[in-house]
Amino acid sequence: MSTELLPQLARRPASPQDSPRPVAGAGPYTLAFRRLRRDRVSLAFGAVFLVITAMCLAAPLYAHHIAHTGPADNHVTDTVRIGGQTRDVVSPDGLPIGPTWHGRFFLGADQNGRDIAVRLLYGGRNSLEIGFVATAITMILATLTGGVAGYFRGPVDSVLARVLDLIWAFPVVLLGIALGTSLALGGINLGLFTLSGNSLLVPAVIIGFVYIPYVAKPVRGQVLALREREFVDAARLQGLGTLRILWSEVLPNLASTLIVFVPLMIANAILLEAGLSYLGAGVQPPNPSWGTMIADGIALLPSAIHLTLVPGAMLVLAVLGINVFGDGVRDALDPHSPIRLGH
Amino acid sequence: MARFIVRRSISTVVVLIAISIVTFLIFEAIPNGDPAARLAGRTSTPETVAAIRHTWGFDKPIYDQYLLTMKNVFTGKVISYTQQVNVLDQIKEGLPATLSLAIGAGIIWLFAGILLGVVAAARAGGFTDRALTAVAMIGVSTPVFLLGALMLYFLAYKLSWFPNGGYVPLTSNPGEWLYHMILPWLALSALFIGIYSRVLRSNVLDTMSEDFVRTARAKGLTERRILFRHVLRNSVIPIAALWGLDFAAVVGGGAILTESVFNLHGVGQYAAQSIGALDVPPVLVIVMFGSFFVVLLSAVTDVVMAFLDPRIKLL
Repeated sequence: MSTELLPQLARRPASPQDSPRPVAGAGPYTLAFRRLRRDRVSLAFGAVFLVITAMCLAAPLYAHHIAHTGPADNHVTDTVRIGGQTRDVVSPDGLPIGPTWHGRFFLGADQNGRDIAVRLLYGGRNSLEIGFVATAITMILATLTGGVAGYFRGPVDSVLARVLDLIWAFPVVLLGIALGTSLALGGINLGLFTLSGNSLLVPAVIIGFVYIPYVAKPVRGQVLALREREFVDAARLQGLGTLRILWSEVLPNLASTLIVFVPLMIANAILLEAGLSYLGAGVQPPNPSWGTMIADGIALLPSAIHLTLVPGAMLVLAVLGINVFGDGVRDALDPHSPIRLGH
Repeated sequence: MARFIVRRSISTVVVLIAISIVTFLIFEAIPNGDPAARLAGRTSTPETVAAIRHTWGFDKPIYDQYLLTMKNVFTGKVISYTQQVNVLDQIKEGLPATLSLAIGAGIIWLFAGILLGVVAAARAGGFTDRALTAVAMIGVSTPVFLLGALMLYFLAYKLSWFPNGGYVPLTSNPGEWLYHMILPWLALSALFIGIYSRVLRSNVLDTMSEDFVRTARAKGLTERRILFRHVLRNSVIPIAALWGLDFAAVVGGGAILTESVFNLHGVGQYAAQSIGALDVPPVLVIVMFGSFFVVLLSAVTDVVMAFLDPRIKLL
């Protein structure tokens, strides 16, 4: 019989007689890591995201040593010398200068005479910070609610599932701007937990909150299946407590699902932040973010396209980087995983 | 089936009541957000503010205010705080634009997503597949308002191929309607085309390795026939479910950004303006209308799914 007819024979794992010496076993994460390491495209895009993050973290260095201006400093009446010519930063009819490709106003200025490159880096810090914090909030709360609902079932599950349904049926952007507008005015005051309205954490908390059902529902489904497995029964019979079982038996089996969600969530959080800021319900001025910068640019559109293009390109590049990298991570962990995120 | 409808109807009502309460509370919790002061305008005396507070019922306990607002919603008499116009009339005015946008974009992203997904799967690993994947990833990573603004700048302002935003009713001029809707449709569907083509591609590739496909090949069917008659029928079912939910989300407020950037004066844009003005009644009605649509269409989607795939049971 030829192995071509039965391909599964050809791919059958090597039996002990085949290999002269024992091969060290590799765990699922080691295998996933090896697959990811071979995926050059995903690694390259992941590197793009890392480079952008590093550049944004270095924003104060750029501001102090190269541009010599801060993200909120206006230079409306200033002039710059480029190639021996003196030019207005903002022309008398209100048009900001385009890219100079020099230290000051490397990427041009906005209508308030603020340095676009400096604002781009500081804005990136804010956009990325919101992305990371919102993702952390979503992942922690979704794992808790999904895990508890799936493990305890019964009335606990009914209540939590209804709450998740409620958040899920709420249109994401509408809920986001309603909360954003309301909180930007009033802030949050829940006893120990206080936030002022213009804090960066306000959009982060809102975005983290609205995405909870998208992660909690699949987590709940997985936990419902996991709790019936033999190793959970074994742990229960050994006399382990509920918390211990959830922590050391259930959680490790959820890990790959959770890992796959993290890059997706970061990308979606950054995009939602941009959307909320465009509608005025995200990061509050004068604090820059990629979303607010794009929104400011669109308001001035036909005259100064660089105000839209520069932050737009940066945002798309960062989100694209983390999205492609996330795809690679998913493929590496489980080539057949059906996970995807809504919008 | 009857049991399913009854259960879903009850849970829909419960979700809608909860959503209306939550929306009401979000705005009620705003400090300095006294609606009476805003209704009275800038140059008002304390007496007028007090009078307005009394006639509109803002001096009543919060649950009375909520019940009064809900009564007005259902009798069609709900009035906005800022412009003091009937909210339902405003929504009716915006609805044609929102529905034109959602339905047109929905059709485009469904068919374009399926087409590109099938092409990518048929050429899996090849150049076409890679190029389509790249385009899909860019579509998924670009905010819709940025895409819309760039389309307006290059295609409407620079090249004058398309009008610079705005909405023309279908009933008044179908040609102009189409001409004005093309860019918003494309901008809104870009994200979904990216998602759908990726999902369909992996569905097709997964189905390709199933036993019935091997059987079909063994029968001697052509690859084309296997792809369209056997594989695609199975792979499209999850896409139908996705489409129902995404379409509902777009009608229920997901098109706010597209409507705003193209200035379509739809329901979403009305919601965005009302939220900015802290005008509770329109937001309340639009959010309820939107979530009702989400819940309703998800139930319809479940029924359609059970119809398409007999293995699915309605609970």
